[in-house]
Formats: sequence, structure tokens, C-alpha cells
Amino acid sequence: MTGLLARAGATPVTAPHGLPRLIPAGAGADPGLAAHLARLGPPAHSPAGAAPQAGPAIIAAAQAAGLTGRGGAAFPVHRKLRAVAAAGRPGRAVAVANGAESEPASGKDRSLLWLAPHLVLDGLQLAAEAVAAGRAVLYVHRDPDLARHLADALAHRAAAGCDRIATEVVQAPDRFLAGETSALASRVSGGPARPGFAEPPVYERGIGGRPTLVHNAETLAHLALTGRFGPGWFRAAGLPGEPGSMLCTVHRADGAGHVTEAALGTALAALLPGLGGPGRGEVQAVLCGGYHGTWLDPAVAAGLTLSRASLREAGAAPGAGVLAELPASRCGLAETARVARYLALESAGQCGPCFNGLPRMAAALAELAAPRPAPRAEADLRRWAGLVGGRGACHHPDGFVRFVASALGVFRDEVAGHARGRCRATDRAPFLPVPAPPATEADWS
Amino acid sequence: MSARESADLWYASRATGVVALVLLTLVLVLGVAVNRQGRLPGLPRFAATSLHRSVALLAVTFVAVHVGTAIADPFVSIGIAAAVVPFVSPYQPFWLGVGAVSVDLMLALIVTSLLRTRIGRRAWRGVHWLAYACWPAAAAHSIASGTDLRHGWLLDLGAGCVAATAAALAWRRRRTLRDAPPAQRAGPVLAAETRRRAAGAP
Amino acid sequence: MRLRVNPIACTGHGSCADLLPELVSLDEWGYPLVADGAVPPELARRARRAVRDCPALALLLTADPEPGRR
Repeated sequence: MTGLLARAGATPVTAPHGLPRLIPAGAGADPGLAAHLARLGPPAHSPAGAAPQAGPAIIAAAQAAGLTGRGGAAFPVHRKLRAVAAAGRPGRAVAVANGAESEPASGKDRSLLWLAPHLVLDGLQLAAEAVAAGRAVLYVHRDPDLARHLADALAHRAAAGCDRIATEVVQAPDRFLAGETSALASRVSGGPARPGFAEPPVYERGIGGRPTLVHNAETLAHLALTGRFGPGWFRAAGLPGEPGSMLCTVHRADGAGHVTEAALGTALAALLPGLGGPGRGEVQAVLCGGYHGTWLDPAVAAGLTLSRASLREAGAAPGAGVLAELPASRCGLAETARVARYLALESAGQCGPCFNGLPRMAAALAELAAPRPAPRAEADLRRWAGLVGGRGACHHPDGFVRFVASALGVFRDEVAGHARGRCRATDRAPFLPVPAPPATEADWS
Repeated sequence: MSARESADLWYASRATGVVALVLLTLVLVLGVAVNRQGRLPGLPRFAATSLHRSVALLAVTFVAVHVGTAIADPFVSIGIAAAVVPFVSPYQPFWLGVGAVSVDLMLALIVTSLLRTRIGRRAWRGVHWLAYACWPAAAAHSIASGTDLRHGWLLDLGAGCVAATAAALAWRRRRTLRDAPPAQRAGPVLAAETRRRAAGAP
Repeated sequence: MRLRVNPIACTGHGSCADLLPELVSLDEWGYPLVADGAVPPELARRARRAVRDCPALALLLTADPEPGRR
């Protein structure tokens, strides 16, 4: 198979067959540059000192592959590349790899940056070439160990003359909204990691007023492989309408969790052991897509596959690949209320409907999660839910409402039980991961 | 010009000066009302904004007449430049200069406000803070330039203006949820709503 | 021509709701709820006034015919 740059005399490398594609198999696999190049061959982007390739060729490959974003929105990669490329003169754009996944229940980007950093960095270089960027940034949450790991990786690349543009690492606070596109642009421009009113949009005027390309780290990893092995290879996995594979963070009912790579179209029952076979009674509900995602009934989830088309019919979406089984021993309302409280306090506090509505909804949900809530708690919750959608500068209120509304549906029996003073939970220990919320302005920079 | 005409100009300048001070005080109070989202009784929400703007333009008109008559009066030598360039007037250079500072700030406020949709929120707001320098300069000029405000009912009027401004400033400084930094807005709302529910509020 | 609110700049002053009640109402916290769709031509002048008079400069008139989402 040939990629974009079939360099004369290069030894052809066998493209990865099947899965996994992104993270080398085996926990002990070497994430270093030499091992990376030995496994996958030379990258598709131009090295230091070489002339950049034509952007349109890279964009065309992304389009032929049907690559979509893996950060949650699943936006077609080629369209974003085209928009940024068209927004300014060559050398003006900024290309960003967004490795700040921000979702407490997701660990895929972190895994990717630890275990296959060079794949992400290759993808960033290729994307930077596609939009003729003059600056490349890797955006990650603040973590001294990861920072050291990435600095090592970048030092090796610099020594090997891998990259035309040196990648800068910018650290973000541990906020739920830090990875949002305009929040990222704000942070990299030197301000706090808060969303902005994106008018004009970030791809036109982003970091330092320049056209800015922001892609999830995993998306860029897929782009790097597509660049090497071609769109046909990328399409060899997945579905015709939704090609390729994606990383999922799976939380099992027994408390174990792992990051795994699955082809689009894989049955959820194959990813979540509790959905089929003997584990069936152990799972009360499935959370699909993270804390802006959707709760699903396990019987419904068992019939769905990991794809936008399939999940859309159940009112859900793959998002950033979080799949969590809620054990039968927990109270779904209590778990939802805990997460809702966290989400409400993670509001950037900028938009009236958000900082007024989300905390009030979280309080109402906390009341529903307690014994014998006042009858109007649910009515209040529904009224406020109808009031905040679409009225923030970012999608935080919308995602919050989606998450909470799905809980009221899936856990409706529990709502009825609590009204009578009864809760099914036999285990009150928290299940879903919820970090400590912010307290001061300093927490946002 | 006869002595009588000169005296007329002088009295006109003093009178329009007093009225201008009262109007500027009203503008400041209305400005605070707009910022604090205060509702003028019986009037719609935009009334405060509308009045603030209209009274500001009226005040500037009175300031213009006040300055014009002072320049035109041959009895004191105040040149045109002294209206906007501080401290160049041979007559009472310092306190007239303070008045000129106030006029300069007023011009900046008016021009930026007329162009506010074009210059952007941040630039407009930045300049508008100068209103809190403009009023004290106008008040100091009013009290110190002549002896009018130091006796009788004009003293009461001047004191009233100062009191009104002080009250407006106190109102301006009252903290609401909006005044808290963004990181500290959701927390208090959650706490208040939780308390409200715990108290069994209807 | 569509009416849009910059929700970050908006302080919930409510002038827009007074000036343009056909298109703007206020929620229970005083923040504007703007009707979807194009501004009818007979309301264009008042809409421009509402934009000009917003104390927070948070109301905008945009030219896009489609709902603009980020």
C-alpha cells in the first residue's frame, strides 16, 4: 500500500491489519520514536527543511477516507481543513491537536498521548501542512509527568529532523470546558480556558486572531495513518457510511475500566460484557457518550451498534466513546445528581441561562435523588430544562439537558420509587468518576 | 460691548454652569441606574438608558453655552483654547483647567458613545469609566471657580448634587451575583437553591 | 436579517424585551428569549434601535439566513 508520499527507495511497511490500529498491541510496547517508525514506516508529512506538500492532496485523502472527528462532534475532517485553509494566507493558520479530553469518564486521549504520542504528532504535522499553518500546538491538561513524556518525544523528533514546524505544548486547567474549541483558543492565546462567543468562528479568527484548526488528538492519529496507508486502508474497517475505528473508554459494572479500539458498527453488546449473556442482570443502565451523553435502557442498548446511525435511533450518539455500565446495586438518580452537580459547578459562569439554570436543575435533581422529594421538583427540573437549551455561548447547557432528560426517562421507575420513599440501591458508594469542582478564578487558567 | 452686556454674559455663564452641574449629576445617577438595572417607577426598562442619553446631550449643550458665554465675555480673558486645553487660561488657570479636563472627558464619553456599535464593547466600556473622573472634575471646577455655590440656596443645591452622587456610587458598589467573577457564580446559585428546597419552599 | 444575543455579554438588562416585545421576551431570570427566524421588515427599524440601545451591546443583527451554530 502506498501513502501520500511514496518515497523512492523506501522499504514498504505493512499497514496494520485489523485492530488495534492506533495503540501498539501489548502493554509493554515502546512509545518511542524509533519503535514508532519501525512499526509504521516514515510519516506522510514533510520533514524539517523540506518543502511542504500541497494542502489539497492531504485534504482530498481525508475526504476519500471519510474521516470524521473523534472528539465528540464527528464533523468531517476535510471540511474543517478546507475552511481553515481558505481563511487566510499560507503560514497564517494555527493547527492544534486537542488532547485535553476534559471528560472525567474518558481516558482515550490520555492513553493515546502516553502510548502513541508520535502518531498524534505526525497527524498534527500533516494537518498543519494541509492548512499551510505557521504554528503547531498540542493542548493537554496540566500534568507534570505527561508534560515530561511529551517533551522527551518532541526532543527526539527535533533531533531526528522530523517536523517542519516545532510543536508547542500548551497546558490547560482541569476543567470540563477547557477542551471546548473557543475555550482552547482563549487559553492558547494567553487567557483563561473559558468558551467565547464564537463570532466570527474560531476557524476564521481563533488563536491570536489567526485562522485556527482544532482537531481531537485521536482524529489526528487516524489522519497520520491514513496519510501513510491511504484512504482505502482506512475504509477497510468500519461501515461504508461511517468508516474506520474509534477509541472507547469502557466502564464495566464490576468497576473495571479500560480503553479499547473498536471498528464503527461494532455491537455495544460486544463492548459491554454486561449487556449480553450471563452478566445481564448486573447492569441497570448504560451511559453512552459521556457526561453530555445519554442514558440507555440495557435492553435497548443490547440492540445497538457503535455508530451514529444506530445510536441516533435511540436518541444517543457515540460522542467521545465513553460507554459505562451502571451496576444494578446503585441508584441511577443519585449517580446522575452527582454528575449534574459537577457539571453545574463546571459552568464557566458567563451566560445567564447557564449559571442560573444548571445549578438550579442540579439542586432539583438532588432532591429527586433523595427520599420523598417535593412534588414540584420534577416539574421545576423539566421547566428549567426547556429554558436553557441553545442559550449559552457553548453546548454545555444543551449537553447537560440531554444527560439529565435521558436520566428522567431511563430511571422513571426510580423517580416513582423515591416519591414513595423507596430506593433500589444497595450500594451508596459513588460509581461514576467525578472530580472536585473549581472554586476560584485561578482554577480557570 | 457695554458693561451691561458683559454682565449678562457673565450671569449666563454662571447660571448655565449651575444647571450643567445639576444635569451632569442626573446623568451619573441615571448611568448607575442603567448599570444596576434599576427600574424607574412606572417606566419601561429602556427608559433609564434613553433618559441617560438624552440628559447627557442636554448637559453637554448647557456646558457648551456655559463655556461659550464665558469666552465671549470681555471682562475676563478666557480664550477658546482654554475650553479644552487645561491650565492655559490667564483667568483662574488651575480651576478653569479642571473644568477643561472635565470638558475633554465629556467629549471622549460622547464621541465613543455615539460610535459604540463601531468601536466594540471593550473599548467603549474602557472609556466610559472616565465618567467617574469627569463628574468630580466638573464639581470641583464648579465649587472652586467662583463663589456662587458657597452661599445660600446654591450651596444647598451643590450639596444636593454631591449627596446624590455619593448615593449613586454606593448603589453602584453593591455586589450582585453578576458582579462576582464568573468562577463564583454557579456555586452561590446552587447553594441558594439547595437551601430553598431544604426549607421546603413552595 | 436575524436577531442574535451574545449570551456572554448579556447582563439581563431587558431593554430589548421592552423595545421589541414581538420578538423578545424574558425568562424567569431576566435573560432574553429571542424568536427564531428572520426579522420581519416592518420591525427592522425597531430591531436596529434595540441593538443600538442595549446597554451591554449584546444584541446583534446578523445577515445569515440560516441559524448560525458554532
